[in-house]
Amino acid sequence: MQSFDLGQEGLRALNSSLHALKGQTNMTAWEVINPKGAHAIAAGVDAPVDITVRGSTGYYCAGMNKQATIRIKGSAGPGVAENMMSGTVIIDGNASQYAGATGRGGLLVIKGNASSRCGVSMKGIDIVVHGSIGHMSAFMAQSGNLVVLGDAGDALGDSLYEARLFVRGSVKSLGADCIEKEMRPEHIALLTDLLKRGEADGKAKPEEFKRYGSARKLYNFNIDNASAY
Amino acid sequence: MCGIVGLFLKDPKLEPQLGAMLTDMLITMTDRGPDSAGIAIYGGAKDGLGKLTVQSAHPEKDFKDLDGDMHHAIGQPVTMKIKSSHAVLEVPMDQMEAARSALSHLRPGVKVMSAGDSIEIFKEVGLPKDVAARFDVAKMKGTHGIGHTRLATESAVTTMGAHPFSTGSDQCLVHNGSLSNHNGVRRELKRLGMTFETENDTEVGAAFISHKLQTGETLGNALEATLTDLDGFFTFVVGTKNGFGVVRDPIACKPAVMAETDQYVAFGSEYRALVNLPGIEDARVWEPEPATVYFWER
Repeated sequence: MQSFDLGQEGLRALNSSLHALKGQTNMTAWEVINPKGAHAIAAGVDAPVDITVRGSTGYYCAGMNKQATIRIKGSAGPGVAENMMSGTVIIDGNASQYAGATGRGGLLVIKGNASSRCGVSMKGIDIVVHGSIGHMSAFMAQSGNLVVLGDAGDALGDSLYEARLFVRGSVKSLGADCIEKEMRPEHIALLTDLLKRGEADGKAKPEEFKRYGSARKLYNFNIDNASAY
Repeated sequence: MCGIVGLFLKDPKLEPQLGAMLTDMLITMTDRGPDSAGIAIYGGAKDGLGKLTVQSAHPEKDFKDLDGDMHHAIGQPVTMKIKSSHAVLEVPMDQMEAARSALSHLRPGVKVMSAGDSIEIFKEVGLPKDVAARFDVAKMKGTHGIGHTRLATESAVTTMGAHPFSTGSDQCLVHNGSLSNHNGVRRELKRLGMTFETENDTEVGAAFISHKLQTGETLGNALEATLTDLDGFFTFVVGTKNGFGVVRDPIACKPAVMAETDQYVAFGSEYRALVNLPGIEDARVWEPEPATVYFWER
């Protein structure tokens, strides 16, 4: 276990050590102590390592993550896991605005609540929120899955493309071109897997969710391009 | 950007440390607003006496014999405490308006920062650490206070453009964001008798709330009205003699984090600003909801 005291050694030293890990490495387990809400902790990692941040983080923690598993033992500030490419980010507490924004792949798990704009413009990431999400979540979301065990705020899925949204609780309002859709067996199977990987399988059953998606009236959806999403 | 910090103490044992705690929080928010900084501190109210905090670009000249000249003008004894470019004049509360009016004749170049029973406002251009050191904020005591670090967008980087803005007795406001209908609201408020020192959007927000309070509205109702009448982006933190309030616009893109323990309620633009507060590990930490008014009064 590599232990890194952010208060002592500073952010640049941490991130340059993490960026130096390329491909396979022997240093697979990292711990960051004294994060104290600092910005950009473990942003830009591209290695199959396991990083645990012991405390709350500021802006853009785990941004652009590739391959790494990053656990935050506290709450996360704005833009956590923004533009994640692959790997897993697990937050024990709450997440601030635009968690998982523009994410292209990987799995983001938020065990508390997420505030506004969760999954905005998501492009392939999977997001599992154990609590509730704020307004304008999944705005212009293009692909990937957003799973919410609690409630969703105003204007869910506004101007949605082909991302799938699953909400167990209430939805305060749906955004433009976002509609409820039927849950088919393939969606139950998808949810079963996401709940399991999102460490939420003991908390909710797939049958309890409703599915929301694009009415495909706002953008020029062409069925011939469906496989691109 | 801009950084906001605020602290409302529930435990009187912390009152001697209010300035030190706010200074630490303010300096942490330097990279959100390095242009200028300011702080409003509430404390040390004395029966019948009020505080008039004034600022001058030429303090040696303007503050020389100002207490004596003011005594002569209002016919009551006046004490003065000079802190760098600011001075706090202690005058009888019932003579506050007379003192303000006398000041405009005695020292036309001097600006009023705040007036009231317990409020003192210190603000200047410069890095938050330099501004805090200049006024020795870390040594100040009080019951509650608000600080601001500014990154100017809407008007010039000047002392008068720094926050907090005070537009009513013992009232102040700080703002992260920008208002888009401030010119129209300013015109309307001028028609209703409010006066303005700057072209700044935040001063309009402050005067809007002060005007509501003048007409007998509660702090809660005044904050509620900002949601319908002010257009733009805002996270506001306001201070009154007894209280401290927070409101965010419905879009809520300007960040805000709050923490509450048995000892205090704290506000920070980011969690970083709160990390050195006592007992923060066990505090209830949350983001204030959009379009929702929060306030605490003692």
